[in-house]
Amino acid sequence: MRATFVTSEVATGLRRNLTMTIAVIITVAVSLGLFGASLLVRAQVSAMKDYWYDKVQVSLFLCGPTSDTPSCAGGAVTNAQRTQIQADLNAMRPLVQQVYYESQAQAYQHFQEQFKNSPIAQNVTADALPESFRVKLSDPSKYNVVASAFAGRPGVEQVNDEQQILDKFFKLLGGLQAIALTIAMVMLVVTVLLIVNTMRVAAFSRRRETSIMRLVGASNFFIQLPFLMEAVIAALLGALVAVLAVVGMKVVLIDGVLAPSFQFTSFVGWDAVAQIVPIVILTGIVLAGLSAFFTLRKYLRV
Amino acid sequence: MILFDRVTKLYPSQQRPALDEVSLEIEKGEFVFLVGPSGSGKSTFLRLVLREERPTKGKVWVAGKDLGHLSNWKIPHFRRQIGTVFQDFRLLPNKTVAENVAFALEVIGKPHSQIKKVVPEVLEVVGLEGKESRRPDELSGGEQQRVSIARAFVNRPMLLIADEPTGNLDPGTSVGIMKLLDRINRLGTTVVMSTHDQAIVDQMRRRVIELEGGLLVRDQSRGVYGYAR
Repeated sequence: MRATFVTSEVATGLRRNLTMTIAVIITVAVSLGLFGASLLVRAQVSAMKDYWYDKVQVSLFLCGPTSDTPSCAGGAVTNAQRTQIQADLNAMRPLVQQVYYESQAQAYQHFQEQFKNSPIAQNVTADALPESFRVKLSDPSKYNVVASAFAGRPGVEQVNDEQQILDKFFKLLGGLQAIALTIAMVMLVVTVLLIVNTMRVAAFSRRRETSIMRLVGASNFFIQLPFLMEAVIAALLGALVAVLAVVGMKVVLIDGVLAPSFQFTSFVGWDAVAQIVPIVILTGIVLAGLSAFFTLRKYLRV
Repeated sequence: MILFDRVTKLYPSQQRPALDEVSLEIEKGEFVFLVGPSGSGKSTFLRLVLREERPTKGKVWVAGKDLGHLSNWKIPHFRRQIGTVFQDFRLLPNKTVAENVAFALEVIGKPHSQIKKVVPEVLEVVGLEGKESRRPDELSGGEQQRVSIARAFVNRPMLLIADEPTGNLDPGTSVGIMKLLDRINRLGTTVVMSTHDQAIVDQMRRRVIELEGGLLVRDQSRGVYGYAR
């Protein structure tokens, strides 16, 4: 009895307040869609950063058997060369703060980890990946000091400035994420205000019912439940639209356009989307529930 | 049933108290008229009984409970023991007669089977059998007030509060409503009714409590409206 009664009250409430309900659904959809998108961008940035990105500034890739740069003319790096390079790196302290050695097996492991969502992970063997020294600098801007000392030296195939390659791109993505997040926050504020107003109008348009309910002794919970459900259902619908948008971004933009064009970049997988979806839905429900609850406490007093 | 112990109610924005040191007792099963000019404190008295307001000073006891110590979450349960009838009926226009009465039971979570049984019973008590599926705007004023009385009485309350129930009705219709309230009173429910209707009070010869400017100026059993002081 109670359940059917509440359901019918909610249905009439949503219908009577249709324009407001639609407005709530749209703002929730837009704000949570942007929120979800910014989470997706963040996940994308962390997917693109390889194992060493946040740890080191310079990578020294050593010659493998198939390397063809002039400095590798002598074939794969020898044990003596490797030991000498490591000793020279250590001699550059305190500029060189930390030196890590990555063997081919470790490189393979990190590679598999980063490209686990990509088909290229299966096509790469440990032999194809160079061994390397990863160097952490006390002053990241002095990359050139290390680069000039080791570039072209026998046994060293290539010296990479880790920050240089992706930093600008990450800055761009970070900026996009910040913009999306800012708009999302502003829209969330708008959503809260809209829900507050919707609840006020709903409470006013049903003041006859609620005043009678109070008089005959209906509990506060029972009086507020239909209103609360209305707000939460509208928010849930909006959140579902936002989830569809996030899924759409993954399917169309990432899987459809970006991934085929940039094969050697790792893109976010469905595991990241699966983490974002519950966050988006829960944010919508909690936000709507709380703002409705506090408004009703004010307008549906005992 | 109702006990006021030196109750004073002062609304924040006003200088003069709406009720000033009012003490009185209403026994179980009584029928009491509450009379006095507009602004004399009748509505405040009823709102205090319903615990819609708290007194500024003094104690109010209703149905064995000290309302000053009744916590907020217990108020709904407390109000289930009280039926309320108003001058303006307060019916839901989009519900039928039977639905209006059933509404009072639905919202306190009564089972469907019980609602189906008691709603026709109470509609018979108030004399509305055969009009279950009419809507309020298809009924006369007197019939609408009967619906609202049915709604107030369907839960068989110990106490019925009627705030000028005949204020919108013509004298002939009012007599019918008074007969109904009298019948409900005889079934064991205490009735407190505020009114401006002199003829009714004079005719019924029940206890009369008169307020003026917030003061209790008369408490008379088997009284009349005002002129025989």
